[in-house]
Amino acid sequence: MNAANRSHFVYVTFIRTTPAKVWEALTEPQLIRQYWFNTTAECGWKKGSPWKMVRPDGSLTDTGEILEIDPPRRMVIRWQNEWNPELKAEGSSRCTYELAPVDSAVKLTITHEIDRPESKLITAVSGAWPSCLSNLKSLLETGEVAITTHPGH
Amino acid sequence: MSDADLLFKALADPGRRKLMDRLHAHDGQTLSELCQHLDMTRQGVTQHLAVLEAANLVAVRWRGREKLHFLNPVPLQEIYDRWIRKFERPRLKALRDLKRRLEEDGED
Repeated sequence: MNAANRSHFVYVTFIRTTPAKVWEALTEPQLIRQYWFNTTAECGWKKGSPWKMVRPDGSLTDTGEILEIDPPRRMVIRWQNEWNPELKAEGSSRCTYELAPVDSAVKLTITHEIDRPESKLITAVSGAWPSCLSNLKSLLETGEVAITTHPGH
Repeated sequence: MSDADLLFKALADPGRRKLMDRLHAHDGQTLSELCQHLDMTRQGVTQHLAVLEAANLVAVRWRGREKLHFLNPVPLQEIYDRWIRKFERPRLKALRDLKRRLEEDGED
């Protein structure tokens, strides 16, 4: 696909911990909630498992399914917005998590892409990811998160 | 050099900040694309990109034989959390106190 016909971003953070700990933080609902502003993921974490992001009141922010999963190295999620009609209308995007040990840290790369130019969904998620990743890093390295309210809310 | 030192050093150069602006405007560019319309040699751009990459401000992906450069804002968020947010709070409190005092005066 021509780069002009898609929207994507690549975000990277280095976390001083083990791949197993990062993987746990990406898949354990009680941990996800801590760095994702009280929203969490519900999923069986197997290939083909339905995946959804759920607010504390039970409403959904995003849904999709696990397209690829290879713990603790790689996971690809089909990701569709549920809370904003305009973003939902854009359909499915793909979010890829890649974990690689680097020295005594883990390089976590998040790629989020959709096969359409100027995607508002990608703009929306790209705004939220840096705070989530910054929170995830401080949670794993210090046991605490820096930001407790969603920057967009 | 610590992560924070690498980061502030990378941000301290106007040429590198310009490269970050160009990636912000159009993410995922090759070296050749970044060199266009820039008043820098190809070698200079390569060196700046290496410093940005070492500071994790630029992430690199390969598409076939093309090396694509992506702006990575995650370390900026970490600077914000560590160096801006906590210093903002006292000022916001001071402003709130000032507003309350002025409004109370107005009621007299």
